Amino acid sequence: MAYSEKVLDHYNNPRNVGSLDKGDPNVGTGMVGAPECGDVMKLQLKVDPQTGIIEDAKFKTFGCGSAIASSSLATEMVKGRTLDQALEIRNTQIVSELSLPPVKIHCSVLAEDAIKAAINDYKKKQAARRAAD
Amino acid sequence: MKTPIYMDNHATTPLDPRVLDAMMPYLTDRFGNAASRNHSFGWEAEEAVERARKQIADLAGAGPKEIVFTSGATESNNLAIKGVAEMYAEKGDHIITAATEHKAVLDTCKRLEKRGCRITWLGVGPDGLIDLDALASAITDRTILISIMYANNEIGVIQPVREIGRIAKERGVLFHCDATQAVGKAPVNVIEDGIDLMSISAHKMYGPKGVGALYVRRKNPRVQLTAQMDGGGHERGMRSGTLNVPGIVGLGEACAICQREMAEESARLRALRDRLKSLIEAGLDEVYVNGSMEHRLPNNLNMSFAYVEGESLLMGMKDVAVSSGSACTSATLEPSYVLKALGVGEDLAHTSIRFGLGRFNTEEEVDYVAARVIEVVTKLRELSPLYEMAKEGVDLKSMQWATD
Repeated sequence: MAYSEKVLDHYNNPRNVGSLDKGDPNVGTGMVGAPECGDVMKLQLKVDPQTGIIEDAKFKTFGCGSAIASSSLATEMVKGRTLDQALEIRNTQIVSELSLPPVKIHCSVLAEDAIKAAINDYKKKQAARRAAD
Repeated sequence: MKTPIYMDNHATTPLDPRVLDAMMPYLTDRFGNAASRNHSFGWEAEEAVERARKQIADLAGAGPKEIVFTSGATESNNLAIKGVAEMYAEKGDHIITAATEHKAVLDTCKRLEKRGCRITWLGVGPDGLIDLDALASAITDRTILISIMYANNEIGVIQPVREIGRIAKERGVLFHCDATQAVGKAPVNVIEDGIDLMSISAHKMYGPKGVGALYVRRKNPRVQLTAQMDGGGHERGMRSGTLNVPGIVGLGEACAICQREMAEESARLRALRDRLKSLIEAGLDEVYVNGSMEHRLPNNLNMSFAYVEGESLLMGMKDVAVSSGSACTSATLEPSYVLKALGVGEDLAHTSIRFGLGRFNTEEEVDYVAARVIEVVTKLRELSPLYEMAKEGVDLKSMQWATD
């Protein structure tokens, strides 16, 4: 299978690889997929508590080149957005940006899920914190 | 050293230039139909076919009259299994095969199952070998055929063929062996191995694509087949169709070369394969060989690289041609059924790579491939959340994964 230029670019030069401190209350962590399925994505966001804007994002992905590219792109897309804006990101935007073929659409779905899971985690942490206050 | 490096010789092998030289006259001046009985064009084609028949028979320990030419091993497997099932339908309707067979055997058996045959699918151990006791106890008075491959196309594991042949003979059951990966690489001998039908392919042993053969035993016992192709009654009525003379000449020459060079070539490839394995193992932790190392083709290495998905690994070494058992590289989006049969977890099946060394690989290439594998696996593990978790001591097996 031939990969699109953009998939190759993200695979060869993945953006925002790494991990943020899971214990930081301003960090949300999303982990989606399963090793048995051949894809696991971990996506983390760091939110500025004053502005509610995502100031940093990191990912690590076990999966094919398209999965790596989808999560790399997802970290670029979320940075600088508010949580509500980040929740508007759809997998179809990732599909068209990376020119993913039909068999790789699930990679983009996983990336969208990872964003949602990370935001959800952040919101839960914030709620728990407020409850504790 | 030229790139890309080809190390996928279980998929296909390059044509040996000596084979091409042998074929060339039959692609040009000597174009006759081997079935033309009344002019020199036909005679020289027939002579070439008979010479090739003998070269193939010699390599397999068979007689020339026991070789039936086909289009390849898929056709040979179909002809052997369907041909026996139809011919011996009055004697029985039960066939025994194994879960790790090639699809050309598995799907042929599935079709027969739909037509009313009973099929036993033997499992294999973690080493990839069938259990001989399980085989023996699966045989009933309705069993007509055992179809077990010589060597596996993914993991290179060699089955205990001689013992299978002995059990088959003792119980009066025919033994078909798909020897596509083994002929020319391992010392296959239909007499000593007790094989009654054997599938052979040219393009897995440096011959051309589109030609193969089926060995059909002529005595002790005399095996009969129902033809699967109707027509001019070529190949003693077992396989109609004008013979592919240049292809057959190529198959014959490929066999003759293998017969002369196999001992030396196996030793060389085994040394290269072992070198590849030890270089990779020295450079990386958590790599696992799939299947028995002891009962294995000398040119095969199948390894899982934990925490790194196979397709992404292939993508990182585009100048190296190998293949993966990962779902993402298969048409079905399922990871390798062969590794699954061995009990390899799906997580590790997704990370497997098959290296198939061949006649034209060099030590320099092996060193290059090992270095590329180590480099790319190391890079991808830095990207892998699973590797990070494993290093933190998280037990991945006990994790709750959000599966659909």
